[in-house]
Amino acid sequence: MRLRALFAALAAVAFGLAVLGAVTDGFQVVTTEGAWRLAVAERPRPLPDVTLVDQSGRAFRLSALRGTPVLVEFFYTTCPTICGLLASQFQALADHLVERPSGRAISLLSVSFDPARDTAAELAGYAVRVGADGQIWRIARVAEPDELPALLGGFGVVALPDGAAGFAHNAAIYLVEADGRLARIYDPDQGAEALAALGG
Amino acid sequence: MIAGLLLYVVLVLPPIAAWLEGRMTGHMLVQIPLLAIAGGLIARPVARAGRAELAGFNAGGIPGLLIAVFAVVVWMLPRMLDAALSSPLVEAAKFTTVPLLIGAPLALSWPLLPPVARGFIWANLSSHAAVLGWLYSVAPNRLCTRYLFDQQAVLGAVLLVVALAMLFGLAAYAIAAPKLNFF
Repeated sequence: MRLRALFAALAAVAFGLAVLGAVTDGFQVVTTEGAWRLAVAERPRPLPDVTLVDQSGRAFRLSALRGTPVLVEFFYTTCPTICGLLASQFQALADHLVERPSGRAISLLSVSFDPARDTAAELAGYAVRVGADGQIWRIARVAEPDELPALLGGFGVVALPDGAAGFAHNAAIYLVEADGRLARIYDPDQGAEALAALGG
Repeated sequence: MIAGLLLYVVLVLPPIAAWLEGRMTGHMLVQIPLLAIAGGLIARPVARAGRAELAGFNAGGIPGLLIAVFAVVVWMLPRMLDAALSSPLVEAAKFTTVPLLIGAPLALSWPLLPPVARGFIWANLSSHAAVLGWLYSVAPNRLCTRYLFDQQAVLGAVLLVVALAMLFGLAAYAIAAPKLNFF
């Protein structure tokens, strides 16, 4: 009888560890965001080729940015919290990129996920406030709101209305390689690390 | 058994499920524990009939306890809560495995466990609830992408209250009824 229980206990441990290992990607992640970052780092992802409109009203497709790496962030202009940290990171990155024009070309892209309120005029004003020049650093929104879910899905951005006219959203710096694939995801305060990864 | 089946049916009802899952606290601290209780109530006749040892495979209650512990750990992962909300398959897995692999094995194993083991589990549960509650209260990032930051803080606070209640319950029991063989 005791031997049966011992075997059953060992089987329970082996099965339990196997399941736990499977749902944590080999005991590496416990959150959805962590799993997504790991999956992207292991296998870069193609992105949906949506049309964006920048602060100057210029429309461009995401695929048009291929050829140089792009650091991307998602925000909304009325965000009272984390978007400000991301903007300051991008300001520092833009300053750095302007000061070293001879280095590898890298561009910055901030995309609003609140196209209803972040109109073209709002984005133009925001670009002035944060100092986005429209060349190295573009501020954009989707041309067609219908394309927003595909864009957010491609990057793994989840933005939920928070019930107070804002959004709860994951904040990160997304590294899109020159081939147009999403290759790495960094924390909002890791702008320097993202730049270093690109040799910038 | 009937009560367990009734509870399970109520929990499966889409409006009830959606309502409980709308809040992180409802999902993690109400729906999942109630699903486990439903599984336990359904399995109780087996334990009452003296067959809880399952022909020796659950002798001492340890194998069943281990199954339940691993299942609890899996369903407490923030990633699994997210996945249950976004994937019908994972949601179905939750409604199946929580009663079957947490509630039922616990109902069968608890009466077989030595009193020391029961006390150990109770003390560990309360301390883990406290640690988890504190972590959820102070975590700077959202752990579940499907729930808002303030709900995470609420969950942390509720877990701390649960931990305190468990500790006070344990202390009250120890003082008031030391002769009872509850544990």
